[in-house]
Amino acid sequence: MGKGIAEKIFSHHVGREVKAGEFVETRVSLCLGNDITAPLAIEEFERLRVGRVFDEERVVLVPSHFAPAKDIKSSEQCKILREFAKRYRLRYYFEVGRMGIEHALLPEMGLVLPGDLIIGADSHTCTYGALGAFSTGVGSTDLAAVMATGRCWFKVPETIRFVYNGKLRPWVSGKDLILHTIGDIGVDGALYKVMEFSGEVISRLGMASRFTICNMAIEAGAKAGIIEPDDVTIRYIKKRTNRPYMVFKSDLDDIYREYDCSEIEPQVAFPHLPSNTKPISEIGDIKIDQAVIGSCTNGRIEDLREASKILKGNKVHSEVRLIIIPATQGVFKQALDEGLIDIFIEAEAVVSTPTCGPCLGGYMGILAKGERCISTTNRNFQGRMGDKDSEVYLANPSVVAASAVLGRIAHPEEVLKNV
Amino acid sequence: MRLTGRVHKFGDNINTDYIISGKYKFKTLDMDELAKHLFEDLEPGFYNRIDPGDFIVAGSNFGCGSSREQAPLVIKHAGISSVIACSFSRIFYRNSINVGLPLIEYDTSRISQGDELIVDLENGTISNKTKGEMIEARTLPRIMREILKEGGLVPYFKKYKGFRF
Repeated sequence: MGKGIAEKIFSHHVGREVKAGEFVETRVSLCLGNDITAPLAIEEFERLRVGRVFDEERVVLVPSHFAPAKDIKSSEQCKILREFAKRYRLRYYFEVGRMGIEHALLPEMGLVLPGDLIIGADSHTCTYGALGAFSTGVGSTDLAAVMATGRCWFKVPETIRFVYNGKLRPWVSGKDLILHTIGDIGVDGALYKVMEFSGEVISRLGMASRFTICNMAIEAGAKAGIIEPDDVTIRYIKKRTNRPYMVFKSDLDDIYREYDCSEIEPQVAFPHLPSNTKPISEIGDIKIDQAVIGSCTNGRIEDLREASKILKGNKVHSEVRLIIIPATQGVFKQALDEGLIDIFIEAEAVVSTPTCGPCLGGYMGILAKGERCISTTNRNFQGRMGDKDSEVYLANPSVVAASAVLGRIAHPEEVLKNV
Repeated sequence: MRLTGRVHKFGDNINTDYIISGKYKFKTLDMDELAKHLFEDLEPGFYNRIDPGDFIVAGSNFGCGSSREQAPLVIKHAGISSVIACSFSRIFYRNSINVGLPLIEYDTSRISQGDELIVDLENGTISNKTKGEMIEARTLPRIMREILKEGGLVPYFKKYKGFRF
């Protein structure tokens, strides 16, 4: 059986041919921490007493979860990052005003390249697989050890290949493909494994949808999601950096799952697991109190454009709060230039500065007891966005926008028909 | 290392938000303080029912969700000696080893709430005193046993100045 992209990336970085199942230790290309995970990593790093980070250009810190600081405690957490970045002369510390949601920001800044091996103290670090990198989430202690040594231990993961054929229906995006897949294999369906996404549908997807798909690989328990780099990938990175990169192609023959995408409708994940998915035609009448568009999953410019198609000339339902959060300053600026922000404000949505905020129940849209939210984020665990008796439904940006207009979970065409 | 204690049983897909709610995790780095909120949404008052050395026993995919290391740390600081589950989410698994919380992957369907267990980590055996059963679970890979033996990744690194492969 041929090797998958992940095994090839590991072989390259380890410096010899390695196979799935082997324990290896290797140098990493880049490591990342945020305002929740980095303070703990910094505390552990200082215990190691090494006096410097392994490489000032390969340790990235982004205060994105509770920044701009929501209260004194979170402000102190952010301050730990700021002072560490200054003390150890980190090149890539992104202050408020320059920052964004970490997994949208790093690719946008050209810090992730095909063939890289990246660890981040955040579970959604798997997002960068969309660029043909191997990237995976770790904890704070792993991050501390990498900041000190540049090295990490891994079990080389097995890869399972998913193939997407056919033609996408209107209003179906990467979000729907990954929700459908997680609904099929379950939240532990890819445990410890790499999900390699391929097929004609993936080739035709833009980078935003590819990031969304890889971003949610963790919700199926995967160690990473990965997509073979192609012209779309190379165009994306060439606009952002001149650094050299390595393209690894997959030799996998076996197919773990094959989907005919012409049968896939927009998906909605019901509480309290991302795997509780239903096609939108089967959901029934579900009233909502709040709708959120944003996050590392769906806060990119393409996502905002999708939402704007529904919101243009419409108003958010009188009993719904719609919160839109561009993932980075760059996305925010682009949305302003394209007139999307005008459309959102005309529709009576609120538009926020980049932050992870409500996704993890941090701030900027916390749910009260009994409230229901539809969101473009990645997790709908019990109590995730607020009170333990609140509910989160997951969907793509156009479905969330349509639901915000109609006050109940709705297909985008229901709104467009009414116009 | 032999561990003795009673079982607190949980189901499948116990996520990191159940272990320690996101509303607390950013508030403090004081793990003893955070430990008081262990499983608060799922089982209010859980912390007060733990005796030092007790086990958490669960179904599949324990620790899924966020990468927050606070999850295994609060379990350890609450006095739990080990988590035994059918399977673990991989980030939780690494984090637990790195902070010195031993894990055992085993089919837990025959272990019940309140059972008294003796666990031998070196041999990978679980003795269920309540049911009079002996289970041969798998031992952890060598690198993980060595990290655990030193009490986690930081003490391991301080001792060996790198990985011993």
